[in-house]
Amino acid sequence: MMLQMSGVHAHYGHIHALQGVDVSVQVGEVVTLIGANGAGKSTLLMSLFGQPRASAGRIIFDGEDITRLQTHDISRRGISLVPEGRRIFPRMTVMENLQMGAVLADPANLHVDLKRMFALFPILEERCEQRAGTLSGGEQQMLAIARALMSRPKLLLLDEPSLGLAPLYIKKIFQTIRELNRDHGMTILLIEQNAHHALRAAHRGYVLQHGQIILSGTGKELLASPEVRAAYLEGGHGAAGK
Amino acid sequence: MSAPVYAHEAPTAAERVKDALAVAFVALLLGIPMIGLTTVDQGGSLVVATRWSWLAAFAAACFVGRLVLRFSLDTLTRRRTARQRAAGAKTVKIAGASRLVSTIGWVAVAFSLLLPIVFSDNRYVVDTATTVLIYVMLGWGLNVVVGLAGLLDLGHVAFYAVGAYAYALLSTQFGWGFWTALPVAALISAAFGVVLGWPSLRLRGDYLAIVTLGFGEIIRVVLNNWTSLSGGPNGVTSIPRPTFFGLAFKPPGDTPTFAGFFGLDFSPGHRIVFLYYVILVLCLLTNVFVTRLRKLPVGRAWEAVREDEIACKALGMNVTNVKLSAFVLGAMLGGVAGVFFAARQGFISPESFTFNESAIILAIVVLGGMGSQLGVVLASLVLVLLPELGRDFAEYRMLLFGTAMILIMIWRPGGILSKREPTLRHVKDGGRA
Ligand SMILES: Nc1ncnc2c1ncn2[C@@H]1O[C@H](COP(=O)(O)OP(=O)(O)O)[C@@H](O)[C@H]1O
Ligand SMILES: [Mg+2]
Repeated sequence: MMLQMSGVHAHYGHIHALQGVDVSVQVGEVVTLIGANGAGKSTLLMSLFGQPRASAGRIIFDGEDITRLQTHDISRRGISLVPEGRRIFPRMTVMENLQMGAVLADPANLHVDLKRMFALFPILEERCEQRAGTLSGGEQQMLAIARALMSRPKLLLLDEPSLGLAPLYIKKIFQTIRELNRDHGMTILLIEQNAHHALRAAHRGYVLQHGQIILSGTGKELLASPEVRAAYLEGGHGAAGK
Repeated sequence: MSAPVYAHEAPTAAERVKDALAVAFVALLLGIPMIGLTTVDQGGSLVVATRWSWLAAFAAACFVGRLVLRFSLDTLTRRRTARQRAAGAKTVKIAGASRLVSTIGWVAVAFSLLLPIVFSDNRYVVDTATTVLIYVMLGWGLNVVVGLAGLLDLGHVAFYAVGAYAYALLSTQFGWGFWTALPVAALISAAFGVVLGWPSLRLRGDYLAIVTLGFGEIIRVVLNNWTSLSGGPNGVTSIPRPTFFGLAFKPPGDTPTFAGFFGLDFSPGHRIVFLYYVILVLCLLTNVFVTRLRKLPVGRAWEAVREDEIACKALGMNVTNVKLSAFVLGAMLGGVAGVFFAARQGFISPESFTFNESAIILAIVVLGGMGSQLGVVLASLVLVLLPELGRDFAEYRMLLFGTAMILIMIWRPGGILSKREPTLRHVKDGGRA
């Protein structure tokens, strides 16, 4: 088991954003978590990093209890996050952004890893001296993913990577997710509102509503489930996924 | 969570007003020491008077000017990008601008090396240039803290004072020489930085501003009142000057002197030129050191933390340590400047280390462009030379100074050199330059 969250609660002041969620991710799996805006998806990811810290429950990563660790120590264990809204460093160049992703990695690997990222996203090599803030949204998302991969994580977390992107880029992002998993064995926890694409890319999925997991199953099962169809595919937020 | 930044979108009216308000706010802050407060001669003693209406007019002028300029600039840029898009231009290259900056940098270095030779018969110029370089040193120190790491330090003068008093006491009480005391005093300042930064940097950002502001005042109060250590308001006198490898800059006497050793006629100008070169070397070393650090992950992490703390944490950075390293480095450089200041003046008192001084250093960093090394040099030149120049026509001095400030604030609220230089280059085959 790579990741096991059991009975995790989280609060922002008096807002009870996570109400006892159980989520697990096996080695080599792509797991997706779907849910409407404000359901608590980002909170779930960030609580893995202790931002906010889980007020109850346990988080086990790779056999170790990380519930009370410092944020930077948690990422050091091998978890990398592509945050919601990308959060690249806009005034820094693409190269510098990538280097910041590698602060934890062995400096000797820097060149090899850069090459791997440029193979994965050739556009980043073209843009490498450009300020990251001048990239298009889709390019910024690729940069955010590449930056997260520079630390050679065991588990990659993605928070709504398709949000606000043009259809062409959405396709590219999901293609990359599949490729990372299939060819590089990357374990991925993917958060999406784009339920259609996400469930098709994932082995398993969870549906989060008001801070609680209300459904779980394989990607196929959830795609076929009437509740998911009604809430997230037909007329829901996921409808953009065609 | 913050929205992504799209460089090419046109700002809304609300954004324009916000931008102009921000400019006016910075102008207000910078204007307090330079316009809001002034010293007037009252029966032989200097008293501080306030000019709040001037300050308000200054801020208002910046607000309106910025609004107008930004609107016209945006219109121009939009037309230009539209044309470029139509012409099929794709990437924005920054290489050209950075070559220009580095050329200006080298010219400046060459000029500053030659300055005492060119102006060999003008002690006033060399002396003023030394003052500029002290501010450059202070500005570069604070630039690491404010410009690169984005921490608001309102009491940088405290570390300047610590360095100055450390040297003054080490030399007058224990007979230490300049060159041995320099690193020790720098370390003492750094230690103060750790003691101050360690607790306050764990708290939210704004606490540091309050803590440093308080520390700057406390240091002054302590220096004024701990008479047995610091001499109180009278300060420390007869601080020894730096020597040239043991050769003093004195009229011929019992001890070997610089003039005697080299068989020159003694001239007080030698020491002034020597002091100038000492601070120049210290500045150049600082610049090389800071520029190197910026290319390493630790230095770049300062900027990353300023841009997005949460992203940094998620990438595994210990944000507190990153900030602390910047803060302590700034403190250390402030200490070095203080040591030099004490050695140059030969006399220091708490009066040299007021909040006004902190505000001027902060103004240098902000006007210089928050993070730009060359910008700090230009801003130091402006802030030291403008009042000097204005001295000849005192009535117009304020006007001159105010106009220059308004122009800078409107034209470049991000600072004279707000374009950041990339510190890492990529060579297409995967190598690095
Ligand atoms: N920093 C915050 N402070 C207070 N409340 C927050 C914060 N972030 C999120 N929330 C609240 O927590 C709930 C879950 O938010 P979030 O996890 O961002 O949802 P999602 O990512 O599914 O859209 C929402 O009600 C939101 O308003
Ligand atoms: Mg979210």
